[in-house]
Amino acid sequence: MNPLRSHKSYLAFVGHRLSGVALALFLPLHFLLLGTAINDADALQRALAFTDHPLVKVAEWGLVVLLTVHLLFGLRILALEMTSWPSRYDNRTSWVIPALVISLLAGVIFWLQS
Amino acid sequence: MTNKISVSIWRGKSDGEYQTYEVELRENQTVLDIVTEVQRQHEPSLAYRFACRVGVCGSCAMTVNGVPRWTCRTHVNQVTKNNSLTIGPLRNLPVIKDLVVDMKPFFKKWQTAGASFTGGKTRHDPVATISSESPGRKAADAGIECINCAVCYSACDVVGWDDSYAGPAALNRIWTLVNDERQVNKRAVLDAAFADGGCGSCHSQGNCTRHCPVELSPSESIAALKRSAFMGLPKTGAVESNKIDTGADRES
Ligand code: SF4
Ligand code: SF4
Ligand code: FES
Repeated sequence: MNPLRSHKSYLAFVGHRLSGVALALFLPLHFLLLGTAINDADALQRALAFTDHPLVKVAEWGLVVLLTVHLLFGLRILALEMTSWPSRYDNRTSWVIPALVISLLAGVIFWLQS
Repeated sequence: MTNKISVSIWRGKSDGEYQTYEVELRENQTVLDIVTEVQRQHEPSLAYRFACRVGVCGSCAMTVNGVPRWTCRTHVNQVTKNNSLTIGPLRNLPVIKDLVVDMKPFFKKWQTAGASFTGGKTRHDPVATISSESPGRKAADAGIECINCAVCYSACDVVGWDDSYAGPAALNRIWTLVNDERQVNKRAVLDAAFADGGCGSCHSQGNCTRHCPVELSPSESIAALKRSAFMGLPKTGAVESNKIDTGADRES
């Protein structure tokens, strides 16, 4: 493992980017599905049947987790760049693991509700 | 019985390879001592750079077990893994030979980024009196001790990915300049920091801060530069005229 890449802020960097790319790919599909569903009742039925598929459920769960990861890591970057640092060395790496935990929790709540 | 350590050292240019040497372990040995011993005892043609041997000049920087370090300030027992050590040239700079890199791109970018001081006075003017307590001086002081060793430059991923990126040391220097009351035309200096390859390219991974041997925080300086896109030039505090800090009021 490259020692220059095995630390929390690298994890946050990769997490933020990958979740961003994944969202950019997923969200258009999600909206396309919603859009067709709104336009026509048959399509809505088909879409709803489609969303019952376990694979689609997993994908939606992933979407919720990715959104939360991206949101929280984005907030960390904003805090990092827009506010002065508590200390010279504190680039708010302490936010990284809680952000991941909260994202997984959001995923669990979504799973339980759907 | 003498203890030996197995040391892999980069030989050749960028298409070279690691060669392994068995080196005697001694007490209080630094990585630079190891390299010197290899050159003296095993490989007279080994090229490396050093000068002060006490962490002042910054010329002995190399990659030790994957991490850029001043080898003269790194004790062997701090970094040895499984009785072995890997020593290579600094990352992100062209290799001249073995452990010696060409520092030219590092200094060149420093210049093109506009990271050098321009004052507005001549030698005939009185010396500017700057309060060491002014916010500007404090901010500049926090980043001023850089000795251009390129450890941060070598630790930074973005430098490796983006040829145009000025790098942490130059941007850290720019942050000290915009906080220096004596610097003329700070607006232009700040604008230059936002040019292509400037502070906007930094991903805030913080490798520069993590590895700077002087414990500066280029990453924080860069974050502060980015912030000034919204907040404007930082306040430096007024020059307190004719007040010379004699240190008399300092608590002892
Ligand atoms: S900021 Fe630190 S690591 Fe970078 S060149 Fe200056 S002294 Fe070296
Ligand atoms: S914080 Fe910015 S300058 Fe420092 S290592 Fe990371 S990308 Fe490079
Ligand atoms: S030899 Fe001068 S800093 Fe190491």
